[in-house]
Amino acid sequence: MPLTILAIDDSRTIRELLREALVRAGFQVHLAIDGVDGLEKLDAVRPNAVITDINMPRMDGFGFIRAVRAQPEQSALPIIVLTTESAAELKSRAREAGATAWIVKPFDEAKLVSALRRVTAA
Amino acid sequence: MDHADIRETFFTECEDLLEALHDGLARIEYTLCIGMDAETVNTVFRAVHSIKGGAGAFKLDQLVRFAHQFETTLDALRAGRIVADPALMGLLHRSADQLSDLVQVARAGNDAACPNLLCLTHELAAAAGEDEDNGDSDAEDFGFSPLSLDLDLGGSDLTSGSNGGRYAIAFSPTRALYACGNDTSVLLRVLSDLGRMEVRLDRSRLPDFDALDWQESWLDWQIILETDEPEHQIDEIFEFVEDLCRLEVSPLPEDMTLEETEVGHAPEPPASTVAGPLKKPADEGRGSAPRATVRVDLDRVDRLINIVGELVINQAMLSQCVQDEGVPQRSPMRGRLDDFRSLAREIQASVMAIRAQAIKPLFQRMARIAREAATSAGKQVRLVTEGEGTEVDKTVIERLADPLTHMIRNAVDHGIETPELRASAGKSETGMITLSAAHRSGRVLIEVQDDGGGINRPRVLEIARSKGLVPENAVLSDEETDELLFMPGFSTASVLSDLSGRGVGMDVVRSTIESLGGRVGITSVPGHGTRFSISLPLTLAVLDGMVVDVSGQTMVIPVSTIIETLRPCPADVHGLGSGGQVVGIRGSFVPIVDCGAVFGYRDPVHTYDKSVLLLVETGRQKLCALVVDAIHDQRQVVIKGLETGYGDIPGIAAATILGDGRIALIIDPEGLVELGASPHGPGSEL
Repeated sequence: MPLTILAIDDSRTIRELLREALVRAGFQVHLAIDGVDGLEKLDAVRPNAVITDINMPRMDGFGFIRAVRAQPEQSALPIIVLTTESAAELKSRAREAGATAWIVKPFDEAKLVSALRRVTAA
Repeated sequence: MDHADIRETFFTECEDLLEALHDGLARIEYTLCIGMDAETVNTVFRAVHSIKGGAGAFKLDQLVRFAHQFETTLDALRAGRIVADPALMGLLHRSADQLSDLVQVARAGNDAACPNLLCLTHELAAAAGEDEDNGDSDAEDFGFSPLSLDLDLGGSDLTSGSNGGRYAIAFSPTRALYACGNDTSVLLRVLSDLGRMEVRLDRSRLPDFDALDWQESWLDWQIILETDEPEHQIDEIFEFVEDLCRLEVSPLPEDMTLEETEVGHAPEPPASTVAGPLKKPADEGRGSAPRATVRVDLDRVDRLINIVGELVINQAMLSQCVQDEGVPQRSPMRGRLDDFRSLAREIQASVMAIRAQAIKPLFQRMARIAREAATSAGKQVRLVTEGEGTEVDKTVIERLADPLTHMIRNAVDHGIETPELRASAGKSETGMITLSAAHRSGRVLIEVQDDGGGINRPRVLEIARSKGLVPENAVLSDEETDELLFMPGFSTASVLSDLSGRGVGMDVVRSTIESLGGRVGITSVPGHGTRFSISLPLTLAVLDGMVVDVSGQTMVIPVSTIIETLRPCPADVHGLGSGGQVVGIRGSFVPIVDCGAVFGYRDPVHTYDKSVLLLVETGRQKLCALVVDAIHDQRQVVIKGLETGYGDIPGIAAATILGDGRIALIIDPEGLVELGASPHGPGSEL
């Protein structure tokens, strides 16, 4: 059974890049366009891990993570933050919100898969 | 989707993002006086941010660098470190234009350096309050690169000289580690991939079940790892949790072992992974969901439109057959047929709607044109747009770009006065151009209105006389004078500016609009401004036609060109010396053009008591009376182009297929009148 990943990004380009990379790495991929969409899809998709962008309309990545972590049964869901910035502050905010790991954009496929592997042991 | 497709996706997405960017900037500017809306600024920021993100993935460095500086400045605006004054808004607008250009350059695949780029980048940096000397001004160092944090697992060993060995690892997670999606069994399994591993679970802190807080961290691990990998590989596995656990990694002498082992026993994660029903946070679900869209190849849409056109024709033929067979009016067949007709019409309308696009992107381009024209003319101009959501056929939008560009430039160049002149006239120094679109009785009405000085009619007359466009002593009404602007070869500016004077006159604007089945008119009030009104058909695929009979031929004339129809009294028809004829209508004389004769179907007739005259407008507000033998009816016809098969036929715009299967030619009245008036045309042989 391939692991299922939910990838959330408001940029269609990034979504497609994520899909391409993840499918090639053997994951099953579902896409969402922002935090609200991500939360809605979480139940149906039941992903093994989530990759999410930070700055998105309607609900940003931090909001999404907080909303997920607010449910005790979701505390074990690995969530990887995808960010353009490497600023320490951004990381600490991601950590504070409950992110499991982070990748810096533009991501390269190896980093992406490596980070996923470290949180899912895929 | 392969990589090239995703690249294309990126550029398509850029179009949307740029639109959002221009839109947002306009909104910020518009609401400047009442304070900034944080979400609008954020939207603008996000648009630039997303362009940067995508550009980074495709290694479009020039685009990434500029977007990054743009983003930095917008971030300063967002954070309130700088204020959105008119100077900054001007800079942001120019930057948005530059970003559009860079996207276009990147899409075209050439990385030609844009001349203003560095200059604009510095301006942005200065506006953001960045110190010019702080590296950013240095072109070499300018390649900002926040994007290359090395997380590579497979990278060469830089941190430690040792390659492999035995390590003792003490690992004590905190409660927080489990709370953010980490799983110790996963970490241990990944660690075990590095080599041979002995694991000892320390559960000495684990309380009795009654006292167990399941969210707390109770377990510790002692691990001995024998690996060929460098030590930093171990650190990397714990990279994301280093602040969430106590971790000690130390090299181990060869002979030491763990006394007690529970090797490979990966404990169950303390947190349940069962997902329950998800509650949507009440206040964060605000905002409207983006509309779902599908991008479709235009060819497919056109094919669909064509087929639906055939369907409508086929339905008309079927109705004709049923009629001819004498099927009684009240038979069920008639009822079903009526349903079929309304369904076919509905399908046609829906399919046409696919081609319709909001006129907004075109209007946004015009905002840029106005800005650039104003800058180079040294004027202050504000372009206000209305009815951006008005939907118009894609082809119409495309072909409208040039005429509209010219009209906006004209409005800036010739309409809006200089700031000094405006101030002395008691007007605001900033001129206002309003660009609006609306649906009006089945057509699209587009207006360009400026609040400038209006048309200088004495000057227009003077120029027209000096160019021999009107006789020296002609007396023209205001409207007739204004119409002179549309005459070929007319240009009012004594010194051609580098904008308007590009060899495209208002006459070209008019002929372009007319080739789209549209009309353009002008009204002007001295001292208060000028308004150009363009009226266009909603679509180029069907037209409302009047089906007429010309010497036994069924032909179609676009209803939009017909002003009125009449049966002339013989007394109203007057011969001219040249052999031509005119008809007197309410005191003015209108030349008569006999369709049958011009097309060569018959010899010219001289009495029209059995004919119908169609009074048509053939551009430049010239009227002409077309002679036809009878009017059958008025209906919507599907336009079938003739260009591919027959080339350009004078006097004929296109063809259509009628309900009975016959092909009818669609007359181009303007071409027909020119044909009739040309020295070689049959109409002037008399």
